[in-house]
Amino acid sequence: MRMWAQSHLCQKPQRVSSVFAAAFALVFLLLGAIQPASALPAFARKYGLRCSACHESWPALNNFGLKFRDNGYQLMNDRDAPIWQNPSYWPVTFRITPIWHRVSSLQEVDTYSSGAPSTAQRISSTGFDLSGLDFHTGGTLEKNVSFYVLPSSDPTAAFHFETAMARVDNIGNSPWLNIKLGKFELNNLLSEKRILTLTGNGGVYQTYHFSPVNDGNIYGQMGDNQLGVEYMGHSLDDRTRISAALLSSNDGNVGLLTGANSYSGFFTFDEGIDTGKLGVDRLGVYAFVGEAATFYRTSGGVPIPGSGIGNKGFSRVGFTGQFYFGPHFDVNVVTQHGEDNAYFGQGYGNAVNPSLGVIGTPGPNFVPGTMLPGSAWAPSWNGVTVEARYVYSPQFIVLARYEAERMSQQATPGTASNLGNITNYVIGYRYNPFMTSRAGFAYHGEFNLFHQDGTGPNNSAGNATNINTSELLFGFDFDF
Amino acid sequence: MHKDLVKWSLLLSAVVALCLSAASYAQLTTYQQQEWLHSPAASSHIGNLSGEARAAALPYRRYCVGCHGELGDGNGENMQWINPKPRDFQLAIFKCRSTPTGTLPTDEDLFNTIGRGLDRSNMPSWNPLTKQERADLVAWIKHFSPRWQNEKAGTPIQIPPEPEITPERVKAGQEVFRKMECWKCHGVQGMANGPSSATLTDDLGRPISPFNFTDGSRPLCGNTDRDIYKIFMTGLDGTPMPSFADNIKPDEAWDLVFYLRSLQPHNSFNAKEKEIAKQLGLKPVNPNAPAQ
Repeated sequence: MRMWAQSHLCQKPQRVSSVFAAAFALVFLLLGAIQPASALPAFARKYGLRCSACHESWPALNNFGLKFRDNGYQLMNDRDAPIWQNPSYWPVTFRITPIWHRVSSLQEVDTYSSGAPSTAQRISSTGFDLSGLDFHTGGTLEKNVSFYVLPSSDPTAAFHFETAMARVDNIGNSPWLNIKLGKFELNNLLSEKRILTLTGNGGVYQTYHFSPVNDGNIYGQMGDNQLGVEYMGHSLDDRTRISAALLSSNDGNVGLLTGANSYSGFFTFDEGIDTGKLGVDRLGVYAFVGEAATFYRTSGGVPIPGSGIGNKGFSRVGFTGQFYFGPHFDVNVVTQHGEDNAYFGQGYGNAVNPSLGVIGTPGPNFVPGTMLPGSAWAPSWNGVTVEARYVYSPQFIVLARYEAERMSQQATPGTASNLGNITNYVIGYRYNPFMTSRAGFAYHGEFNLFHQDGTGPNNSAGNATNINTSELLFGFDFDF
Repeated sequence: MHKDLVKWSLLLSAVVALCLSAASYAQLTTYQQQEWLHSPAASSHIGNLSGEARAAALPYRRYCVGCHGELGDGNGENMQWINPKPRDFQLAIFKCRSTPTGTLPTDEDLFNTIGRGLDRSNMPSWNPLTKQERADLVAWIKHFSPRWQNEKAGTPIQIPPEPEITPERVKAGQEVFRKMECWKCHGVQGMANGPSSATLTDDLGRPISPFNFTDGSRPLCGNTDRDIYKIFMTGLDGTPMPSFADNIKPDEAWDLVFYLRSLQPHNSFNAKEKEIAKQLGLKPVNPNAPAQ
């Protein structure tokens, strides 16, 4: 549930110091209201468990919650089937987050002078705002048959289906045979759909979305929910987990708008190791490999939905790790080596981007058979995400995240080797002043610094600047 | 008017006194538990594992407190919604034990219960937790009750090796079932519909149902033959299920295990028993039949 894009800015700069002072005063006021002792409340209500049973901090899963999810939202006792529930039980949870936030970033600003019509200027904006609204509904239809549907809106209440899937678990009474079909969260150990942060740049894992500058491949988005079918298997105690998903290469968009007949696969394996006093530490690998269309046939200059041709390959592979150092501290790591076909590197493939002709202006995507420049390379890069969490108690968590994405090979010779490199820092906390099995509420605070080389607006000398964006956010994150 | 005033004053005083005493009892309990937290009894030993109560404060709060309550008295906020009610650790009375009735369970008994969960209740299997966490939680459970300060855990009962299953043994098991009047609660076909079933209550007076052998439920304290054997010989403390250790011999207990297996739907444990029962054409027990 990312809040908004970084470009949502108003035009009235504020003094940073006064904003910080006001924000921290607000935080301390909120924390002053601390009382003695949050999950999808729909699940928590069903089983009579507190949110903390399944979540390190909602929505991030702990090992118990991971097993619950892997079992198809079941505890594997006789309370799983809906027949056990009170007839009035309706498994719906909504989540929305009223917030105050500040965003500061470089923008290309008109100068109204003939010499330099625009220049890069830092613009800061603050204000109260809302996140989108999520309606989570999930549960069992019968023992070992479950569903999850998540209509989700942006802050203007325009809805789409973030998740919509059904699954059949423990086929043949084996935990090694579970199938889900629909639009679902990929089996990432560190899942973006369970991220603990909410800002524009901090509310996603950059490693899961990175692509080189001008790259046309929008399909390798590991952080997004995807459409497809997934096989998943796990040991009885969930220490060993394996999955293989066959996905449409359309980044989870319905209607096959961005290409038909192109598929990708997402494969994961991880192993949990009981390290005694440290906890259950996990090590895993993943691979997201597939192909997607690079050209679209058009009619009157407009791409014909589902007409993609010229499939080319892409891959994202890496290691994952979840390291607990006792009950209070853990570190999550994801590495990635990514590579796109040279066609993508030259901007082919993205029929969603209007600048490439989707609204009627033919772009390079729409001339089948176009030859690549002889010197075009397949772009590749390496990335890492490290997220450390300190769990003071089930109700209070502090986290810090570092992400680095570094180009290894640019798509076009002569391009600056660091063009598009990203460095991202996030710190944040979530404090649940109360915790029951009925509802969730958190005081949420977060600060994010985002840096990308060479992709900012041009300065007065006409040179591209770096993007340096900072975001500060405080809010009430609640679900019921 | 004056009389009314006196009456209401007395009533109010009584209510205040009750509230104060309840509050002081709660404080005392908390204080005692804090003391016990540092006692040698607030530890556990399961094989090579040693658990410490203090290390379980956070896991208990994370996983258990919603049902079992801050004081371990079973009064967590979910208590009102769930049935059977959560265990009151202050009483230190546990159903699943390897020890004789009336005694405290071993650390391993508690450890296994946490890992296995209790079917037909809201207690799930907590085996995703590390063994160390579970061992620490066992120690934490023990710091709630004075019994652990003053008593040692019982000595686990001896379970003789499981004999070969024979038709004679299954038949003998049925006779034990009749003779010990198991049918009174569990019903003549093991369907939990015996004449006493509707009247059963636990030690705290709460209604409780007997186990239904025919609906595919997992036995409460484990699904192996040895687990079922243990239930007859140790009883389920706090429930109407008594220990039969003084009434039946170990051999008879095994016979009963085999007979009860034959009542269960087909599962991975009872293929032979089901086959024998089919060959024998076993009919439900006749409570009025003369002893054989």
